[in-house]
Amino acid sequence: MNNTYSVGITGTGSALPEKVVTNFDIEKMVDTTDEWIRARTGISCRRVSDEKTATSNLATEAALKALKDANIKAEDLDLIIVATVTPDMSFPSTACIVQKNIGAMSAAAFDIEAACSGFLYGLTIGEQFIKNGIYKNALIIGAETLSKILNWEDRNTCVLFGDGAGAAIIERVEEGYGILSSYLGADGSGGMSLTQPAGGSRLPASIETLQKKLHYVQMDGSEVFKFAVRVMGRAALEVLKKSNISIDEIDYMIPHQANIRIIEAAAKRLKLPMEQVVVNLHKYGNMSAASVPVALDEALKDGRIKKDDVIVLVAFGGGLTWASNVIRWSQ
Amino acid sequence: MVFEKIVEIIGEQLGIDDMSEVTMNTSLIKDLEADSLDAVEIIMAIEDEFGVEIPDDEAEKFKNIGDIVKYVEAKK
Ligand SMILES: CC(C)(COP(=O)(O)OP(=O)(O)OC[C@H]1O[C@@H](n2cnc3c(N)ncnc32)[C@H](O)[C@@H]1OP(=O)(O)O)[C@@H](O)C(=O)NCCC(=O)NCCS
Repeated sequence: MNNTYSVGITGTGSALPEKVVTNFDIEKMVDTTDEWIRARTGISCRRVSDEKTATSNLATEAALKALKDANIKAEDLDLIIVATVTPDMSFPSTACIVQKNIGAMSAAAFDIEAACSGFLYGLTIGEQFIKNGIYKNALIIGAETLSKILNWEDRNTCVLFGDGAGAAIIERVEEGYGILSSYLGADGSGGMSLTQPAGGSRLPASIETLQKKLHYVQMDGSEVFKFAVRVMGRAALEVLKKSNISIDEIDYMIPHQANIRIIEAAAKRLKLPMEQVVVNLHKYGNMSAASVPVALDEALKDGRIKKDDVIVLVAFGGGLTWASNVIRWSQ
Repeated sequence: MVFEKIVEIIGEQLGIDDMSEVTMNTSLIKDLEADSLDAVEIIMAIEDEFGVEIPDDEAEKFKNIGDIVKYVEAKK
């Protein structure tokens, strides 16, 4: 393992649309209740972007904050990765739009798609370039405007999601700190339980796809729930094993924020008290790829996470995919 | 044996300490106030414990704890 560098997060930022949509607001749109949503998911409200806001707008705002936090100039960036299932358009990539917006003209830029696991996939990809000395830094963003692809008449899905973006700068850090191990996984055989069926090459947009509402998120909630409960605990344990860190050494777990019941099941599996689990889904719902970086940014800004803390990030999502990282905080 | 273990799993999932009143006729949802997600988690825990697979359409037919016990005993 000669000539490899330790890679850690040196700055974070997040962006959320202003508009708050509460469960009571949703009661007026579909047959549901605040009580049902809170009991089954833990969500009380979510942010929803306006007509003028696309994913790149939120991504850009989060990126600028992360750059400032890491004290890096946009023109010195080497790489931009945006993880999203709601890009502004198929191409150009949202990463290229962000590159232009922030003026990071020496950076390579591309999008990746691993649904709700996307930020951790992106973090792990970016890490490789820096670890091997190819790049000095990278900007990793998880950004979504799920509200734009939700069927606001479908109570199975519209109560669950929200919009937002989180960004992180990664750079070389002191040896022994930063990302200690990563674990990525996928199971395409379960992929059909969470889809946006139309708009790609399988079902290009047509009057028929519009009439059948195939451009919206479709989900088999119970299948996804079972997958999530199993995989969250497993992914966390696997990544800990890879870094030789024991459960007692964890200071905080930052899970994907899909459903409090899934998070509680994972915490229970790890025997981790909920005080050590970062939760923000009551405020923002499931922001897909943005959930983990926004929660991370909050836990850093409110002073929960400190130097030397051991953090486990763990996510699951459409694909199906899952991902986890162990990080020893370096600053 | 299977009954005792299943009752223990249910008590643990639902956070109920005193399960002494629970019988084969007890219903998870009607008597123990489990919701659909609790039920899914309980079925998953039972699958892991006994190494059996309980498909959704079978699980949906269970009316009481006795039905779960009978299913597990037949499969394991
Ligand atoms: C979505 C989820 C909360 C639904 O919970 P569930 O217990 O599986 O819900 P079910 O579909 O079994 O429905 C249970 C009952 O609530 C009702 N219901 C479903 N959605 C409802 C809503 N929004 N409001 C009110 N009632 C609702 C159902 O009609 C059903 O009623 P019934 O028992 O009278 O038939 C849960 O499956 C989940 O969180 N899955 C994971 C989803 C996820 O994380 N997706 C993103 C991955 S990145």
